[in-house]
Amino acid sequence: MNLAADLATVRVLIRRASNELLRVPGAAIPGVLAPTIFFLGLSSVFGGLTELTGFDTDSYQSFILPVSLLQGAGFTGAATGVNLARDIEQGWFDRLLASPAPRPALLAGMVLSASLRSLIPAVVLLAVGFAVGVDWPGFGGLVLAVFCVMATGTIAACWGVTLALHYKTQSAAPLMQAGMFVLVLFTTAYAPIELLQGWLAEIARINPLTQVVDAARLGFTGQPITWADTWPALAALAGLLAVLSWFALREMRRTSL
Amino acid sequence: MNALAVNARVVAALGARSVKQTFRRPQLVAPIVIFPTLLLAVQTGGAGRAVDLPGFPEVDNFLSFMLAGAMLQSCLLAGNTGGIALAVDLEIGFTDRLLAAPISRFSIVLGRLVGTAALGALTALWFIAIGLIFGASFELGVPGVLLMIVLTSLAAVAFGGLSAAIALYTGQASIVQGLFPLIFVILFLSSAFFPINLLLEPAASVAEYNPLSFIVEGIREPVIGSLSAETVAEAFGAIALLMAISTGLSAIALRRRLRVG
Repeated sequence: MNLAADLATVRVLIRRASNELLRVPGAAIPGVLAPTIFFLGLSSVFGGLTELTGFDTDSYQSFILPVSLLQGAGFTGAATGVNLARDIEQGWFDRLLASPAPRPALLAGMVLSASLRSLIPAVVLLAVGFAVGVDWPGFGGLVLAVFCVMATGTIAACWGVTLALHYKTQSAAPLMQAGMFVLVLFTTAYAPIELLQGWLAEIARINPLTQVVDAARLGFTGQPITWADTWPALAALAGLLAVLSWFALREMRRTSL
Repeated sequence: MNALAVNARVVAALGARSVKQTFRRPQLVAPIVIFPTLLLAVQTGGAGRAVDLPGFPEVDNFLSFMLAGAMLQSCLLAGNTGGIALAVDLEIGFTDRLLAAPISRFSIVLGRLVGTAALGALTALWFIAIGLIFGASFELGVPGVLLMIVLTSLAAVAFGGLSAAIALYTGQASIVQGLFPLIFVILFLSSAFFPINLLLEPAASVAEYNPLSFIVEGIREPVIGSLSAETVAEAFGAIALLMAISTGLSAIALRRRLRVG
């Protein structure tokens, strides 16, 4: 395997995704707008929940912002699947498959570009959040949150790519988006685990993304950034990435010209 | 056959086509049914303890409170989906063929809205079934449930009319689809998901005058059992206002389209 050639493939695919953003900036709007509206809307609607015993913070905006950051990453990552489905429909992906580039390099190019693109909604959300009074998470808290965002974007892209390769149509887009919607929101998104009710509490306990939401939230809710609170998130992200990239690669290997 | 009967048949045929079209395309069903259902599930489980907050209305459980919000969200999205489908018909030239046919122009729009009303009724039934399965108690019984279905269907027509007006004016599905985030803005600025007295400012002030708040209270009260004639009148009044606006805008947009071509 020629590592230099593989890295060049990855770099070119990332640059292609970036060009797409520069040439069609409107394409980034849905991924930015939806989580921003949800952030502002949910904090206005459910802001009073912090009066319940069990909340670590009295600012629901600070509590919900990390969820919106991950939601933005999820939507942006899933959009990679929609773009791939479009490339499949238009025949461009066939040309990639016909090239001597190995499948893992193709996958890496697509999902790493998603991790970079997930920074766009994150930057907008952070700007809006701080403008409306979200607490400063500290440098460590911010770095941890941004890392969680980029990793979630990568995971969402693996999910989207798997579905795009399986269904080979943009009609699968709602499934790509809904999958990430469920993964992000069926966590401690709205309230700490002890305040969740019924089945949602059970699902949140086993949903690996709960660990990621909780870690991304640490700085924003004024909690110290400790290894004990961080490693479960890193393990969850690594596990999700391993499983979903395996599925994506399997679909890619099954895809023939 | 007289003209009225012909137009009634056209409206019925186009309405049936509209419903079938929605159920044949998963990307149209998903926003109407799946998305509001998932959001209902998350909000009920995630914010369910809100019923313990001082000032929260007396309800059996948070699901009973939230059902109306989910129904309203669903019928807003059904209206938007109807507008998208109408815009697609304009894009592919199907509407041009209808306009060339010897039928009333308004029956073309009305047919689409009848389909949207049917979708509104179906989503109402869907959420009522979810409520029954997961423990919501419909305090006013069958008459209350019927009132909820009627209000949801009419609200879907009113919202569908607004989307249809935009579809007729622009002729582009992507623009009508762009209303999707706006739907959530107006939902969050109403009492769809939380009581007005517990919303934070400025959402609370806007929600007091948002027509959606009046409609959602009309749908909600049969579930939580405190229905008053005033609430029902306000709900029908808000729907009538939106229908009048949407009918006026649709008529203007249709005339413009016929003039411009």
